[in-house]
Amino acid sequence: MGHRIGIDVGGTNTDAVLLDERDRVLAKAKTPNSDDVMTGIAEVARKVLADAAVDASQVTHVMLGTTQVTNAIIERRGLSRVGILRLGAPATAAIRPLAAWPEDLRARVEGPSALLPGGVEYDGRPISKFDAERTRDAVRRMAEEVEAFAVTGVFSPVRHDDEERVAEIIREECGDAVVVSLSNEIGSIGLLERENATVLNAAVTRVARRVSKAFEEALSGLGIRASLYLSQNDGTLMSLEYAMRYPILTIACGPTNSIRGAAYLSGLAEAIVVDVGGTSMDVGVLMNGFPRESAVAVEIGGVRTNFRMPDLVSIGLGGGSVVRETDGGVTIGPDSVGSHIVREARCFGGRTLTMSDVAVALGLARIGNVVPDVDAGLAERAYARAVRMAEEAIDRVKTSAGLMPVVAVGGGSVLLPERLAGASTVLKPEHYEVANAIGAAIAQVSGTVDRIFSTDNRTRDSVLEEARQMALDEAVRAGADPEAVEVIEVEEVPLAYLPGNAVRVKVKAAGRLKGY
Amino acid sequence: MRGGAGGPDSPRTLLDPDAIEDLALGATILGTGGGGDPYLGKLMALQAVAERGPVRVLRVEDLPDDGLVLPVAMMGAPTVLVEKVPSGKEIETVVRTVERRLGRPAVALMSAEAGGLNSTIPVVAAAQLSLPLLDADGMGRAFPEIPMCSMSLAGVSATPRAGADDKGNLVLLETVDNVWTERLSRTATVEMGGSSIIALYPMSAEEARHSVIPGTMSRAIEIGRALRRSRQEGRDAFSALLDVTRGRRVFQGKVIDVLRRTTGGFARGVATIDGLGGDAGSVLRVEFQNEHLVALRDGVPVATVPDLITVLDSDSCAPITTEGIRYGQRVTVVAIPCAPVWRSEAGLRVVGPRAFGYDFDYRPVEEVEADGAPHRD
Repeated sequence: MGHRIGIDVGGTNTDAVLLDERDRVLAKAKTPNSDDVMTGIAEVARKVLADAAVDASQVTHVMLGTTQVTNAIIERRGLSRVGILRLGAPATAAIRPLAAWPEDLRARVEGPSALLPGGVEYDGRPISKFDAERTRDAVRRMAEEVEAFAVTGVFSPVRHDDEERVAEIIREECGDAVVVSLSNEIGSIGLLERENATVLNAAVTRVARRVSKAFEEALSGLGIRASLYLSQNDGTLMSLEYAMRYPILTIACGPTNSIRGAAYLSGLAEAIVVDVGGTSMDVGVLMNGFPRESAVAVEIGGVRTNFRMPDLVSIGLGGGSVVRETDGGVTIGPDSVGSHIVREARCFGGRTLTMSDVAVALGLARIGNVVPDVDAGLAERAYARAVRMAEEAIDRVKTSAGLMPVVAVGGGSVLLPERLAGASTVLKPEHYEVANAIGAAIAQVSGTVDRIFSTDNRTRDSVLEEARQMALDEAVRAGADPEAVEVIEVEEVPLAYLPGNAVRVKVKAAGRLKGY
Repeated sequence: MRGGAGGPDSPRTLLDPDAIEDLALGATILGTGGGGDPYLGKLMALQAVAERGPVRVLRVEDLPDDGLVLPVAMMGAPTVLVEKVPSGKEIETVVRTVERRLGRPAVALMSAEAGGLNSTIPVVAAAQLSLPLLDADGMGRAFPEIPMCSMSLAGVSATPRAGADDKGNLVLLETVDNVWTERLSRTATVEMGGSSIIALYPMSAEEARHSVIPGTMSRAIEIGRALRRSRQEGRDAFSALLDVTRGRRVFQGKVIDVLRRTTGGFARGVATIDGLGGDAGSVLRVEFQNEHLVALRDGVPVATVPDLITVLDSDSCAPITTEGIRYGQRVTVVAIPCAPVWRSEAGLRVVGPRAFGYDFDYRPVEEVEADGAPHRD
């Protein structure tokens, strides 16, 4: 086992870290994002190797956290047209697919759709009999017009045979290379949200293939011959091959990586993580070493989905946030000078008063090339206001009233004081400014089991234990250290339709890569 | 649209997509934490109106005395509703079935429950069947059971009641009383896959005049519109809400604990809110069974069923459901006077605090407020 490079492409910067086999940071680098993104990736990777005087051949793993899939959806770029098949007819006709999508996104993604027989009730009984011929006709009609297919059956998280049969028919008609997304592999109960996510997944697959190809090329150009991974929203890694099937799972990997990076840098498994950038402050919760997930519907590019996403409170408070004096006091943000900080902020000789100027004026940070002229009273009021905003955000994400340690990461975290209300302590660990890239580099590999078990003649506990063991073995086969692998997710769906008290059990286990 | 007084010749109002958005938002307020998410109903209504044109809304005075008024609703478990969307054909099936049984056509459809999902389902029905929708409902809010409505209180039978599922199955019920209607409807709905569309409480316009709660559709729309406009215009959404509902701000604070359990098919629980600002030092306990039932300030009831208890996000004024409430949220609790019918002795027997197992009597929220201090027994 050799060295690893973790790379994070954020909103403004591309960051990289080089870790040795014992997770020590050998070098770190930051550069503004390049337009093609990949130039930036090649640049930071080259820089960390050069700084640490490590040869490319010693790098065995490269992990990338990227927002390119998210951005493709938000900016409506490079998306594929998707044929939409829904199983459950006649149920669900009252709301057509993509009903509440923003028009511009819909115009780019929506292909022909068909509501076909199939799908099941909550207890697994069929709603209507699957019709292979009608399905085949629908697929043939769509084939000319679409680049990808999305298949969603009613209650497919309970029983997904019909979705599988549709996938088979699509492959028979269109070949193995065609993109097919099945909803039971992507989302949970909630038909419209799961269908939305499945259609988005199909639509971004082409973007993901391009990202993956460019990522491979950028690194092979540097002579790096390593295993490549993308990080996903739950803090674990996907092989590039897997990421090509479920690219939508890279959504929200940024906040996850920063929370995981903070966990690693602080050594804590339970904490509040505050990631301060140029424009915003994201506050999340670290539970058992992983981000706490959101319980409510999450929108991506204006579309409702039901993904597991880190539960975050985001407020407009960052290093570039604009500070204004008002009658009664002072306001901060929500607007920010963003990456123009180097021209517009006073500490860089500009004319806009930003939070960075406040921090410099109060002697909390050294940023820019000019000592900004800021009224001392105003600076103190602004700072007090910022601290109060941060404390409120921290309080909002807490699950109980007790004190919790706060880990501050991100380039803007110099804005945070040494003490905060509700925090037992405020930690600013070394390398805090590249916590995202570290989070990507230390991300875990996982194994998942999704199977139907009978609970006849055996206890529920023994079934769960068997499923857990299978997931743990799977994670170890994927490269996890057997000593450090753990179950991170268990989902149990009773299936009343099958004899023998059947239950669908999904277990995910994850652990760090072995070999250190 | 316009609510309130006006003769039969006053301009008819139309439910267009904007009004449907407002209706869904207002219905969430009237849902008092439950009633089912109006989001799906809204999407169904928008699709139906896009296909069939906007829905006409009439007042009960506008109808001929012997005209048949028929409430339409959706029944079922929330997890099923979010997964198995109706086909849309169920509605025509149940309405035509009750019409055939009674031998006369419906002249208007109606919402049985203005709070939550069942505010928008009748809009779908009215659009599909090109029938007007009555500006009324049977609760003025959301309640968990079929007999908890003003029609039942006035002695109207819930049957003949028709229920249909997405597959085309149909069940017609004739029951000895409305409690039996509830019981048999639940059983049929479970067998149908956990959700069904029902038409029930058929009545003449003459009967409706004495038994429905008038003006509740326009009230929900008005509430939704007031909230939307105040947000657009940057005005205080809470003042707008209190104005339009004649509600009272009961408490503001931070949620410090949420306890949930599911018993007897109901989502029961308690949210504990620690006071902030003027309420600092006090604790409000909001208890719910699908919908919010009672709010106790330092152990003393300050708002109870049948008055509407609504929990809102203190920043955005967005209503928070009993499933959505959780630790750390800054919330403002608002109590809204219920429809007058519920304040009668007979009404309180069905939906007062004692009907839900509490050992104290109902006091209208206005009286608690007028005391200037919490009520103590």
